Amino acid sequence: MNVQIKQKIGFGVLFAATLLVVVPIVAIIGLIITKGWSAISWEFLFSMPKDGMRAGGVFPAIVGTFYLVSGAILFSLPIGVMAAIYLNEYAKDNALTRLINLAIINLAGVSSVVYGLFGLSLFVVFFKFGVSIISGSLTLGIMTLPVIITTTREALRAVPKSFRQVSFSLGATRWQTVRHSVLPFALPGILTGAILSIGRAAGETAPILFTVAAFYVPDLPKSPFDQTMALPYHLYIISTQIPNIREDYRYGTALVLVGLVLIVNISATIVRARYRRKKW
Amino acid sequence: MLFRKIKEFFIEQLIFFSGIASIVFVLLIFFFLLKEGLGLFKTVGLWDFLSGQFWYPISDPPKFGILPLILGSLVVTLGAIVIAVPLGIAAAFYIAEVASPRVRDVLKSLIEILSAIPSVVLGFIGMMTLVPFIKWIFDLPTGLTALAGSLLLAFMALPTIISISEDSINAVPREYKEGAIALGATHWQTLYRVTIFGALPGIIAASMLGVGRVIGETMAVMMLTGNAAVIPQSLLEPVRTLTATIAAEMGETVKGSEHFYALFVIGIVLFVISFAINVTADVFLHKNRK
Repeated sequence: MNVQIKQKIGFGVLFAATLLVVVPIVAIIGLIITKGWSAISWEFLFSMPKDGMRAGGVFPAIVGTFYLVSGAILFSLPIGVMAAIYLNEYAKDNALTRLINLAIINLAGVSSVVYGLFGLSLFVVFFKFGVSIISGSLTLGIMTLPVIITTTREALRAVPKSFRQVSFSLGATRWQTVRHSVLPFALPGILTGAILSIGRAAGETAPILFTVAAFYVPDLPKSPFDQTMALPYHLYIISTQIPNIREDYRYGTALVLVGLVLIVNISATIVRARYRRKKW
Repeated sequence: MLFRKIKEFFIEQLIFFSGIASIVFVLLIFFFLLKEGLGLFKTVGLWDFLSGQFWYPISDPPKFGILPLILGSLVVTLGAIVIAVPLGIAAAFYIAEVASPRVRDVLKSLIEILSAIPSVVLGFIGMMTLVPFIKWIFDLPTGLTALAGSLLLAFMALPTIISISEDSINAVPREYKEGAIALGATHWQTLYRVTIFGALPGIIAASMLGVGRVIGETMAVMMLTGNAAVIPQSLLEPVRTLTATIAAEMGETVKGSEHFYALFVIGIVLFVISFAINVTADVFLHKNRK
């Protein structure tokens, strides 16, 4: 057979495979928007659920997710950024560094439900925090750590070596160099990582199942030791545990969650795009 | 001066401890899983646990055999991988080698969007579309089957497989491709006789990490597979995976009961599996870089 025809067929197969991957993505987003849009209203976003969660709004779930994600990022951002500073600016190429890298890879690969078990055992039971926002936030925080470490590390790596050399040659210590000649330039990259991990934490269900999530709470949480509702868990509940619920109510909840996550991700992309354009 | 030195000393200590925090957390996860899980082995033998054919945690006497769960995970994972690996590799080649820069950007952002959609949302969409479709097309009593789980998990593994494969395709030295072209090979011949071999370690790593993603996935698989803890006979029956068992049953257990311990041991099994997969995949990734 003619090699040109073979090439056409080959590329055609690759193209068909790519279509099989991307068409469902567009279809899913389209489905959620078209079916969920009619449910979205001021009341849906800002009021409490009614009639056994068949009516009313998802406000407590939005608030709960906001608290959980804030707690997670407060915990994981400082640790993650400092860990990345250690790895990129201080660590030598030795066994300890290799061990740290191995640990990060494994943290990233552990199943989300195993994080849930871990959070239950360490925070809920051992530290006696109970089923609470603080237990859930810490569990989500540890889970998002690998994302923050890897993105921060890439941001630090992208700062040219010469910046550090100039700083050292002026007599600055290592920490002064990191603080004044490296960190400011890595900031947009660090921000991207932080935003991405917010998106990840907001959508996770399994880690909060046994550490914080409540089926229904009549009041908004008042302290970090309260239980709370959360968007992803709420979607799980209303789509599996509650019969005879209006379809647009379910799709509406899915739309709120997906909308939230996508807005977060798009802002990360914008930060990253600006940052890439910049040349030293 | 002295003050500054003290301050820097403390900051650098803090940085060091954050640096080793990842190791501490991995050890903590393992330790606390063991702490809660080991209680089971006072009454149930390890071998009986792993090879027992019946998972009846709340009957009297209870039976804790996770073989049906392991097989459930295996069936769903195999199904997903058979679909996702060829599809993902083909898409990665299209994006890396064939698509124009503009199309490439669009495709990559779509795939990024897919990886950002929470698994519970995909589970929900699967319940509303895929499950009734499978019920209808195969004329089954229920569409909540291993097949539904496999199809959705294949979809969820795609971003991992595509992005890592694409990176390794891009990392194949230009000289290899130029050499092939100079010898008169077409772009297509170069792609499947040269580039694919250069990228192979990365593609293997990508597929393994895809497997890891599929085995560990919890919410979507719990919502779609029907959760019947029996040894699966076909893809068209309900099954129950390791992850779904933990997620579905932990809420009903009493802390300190055999059932509670047993779910933690399932957690250990999952932890060990993901550890093995990630370490092996990392070895392949490093091979690729050299």
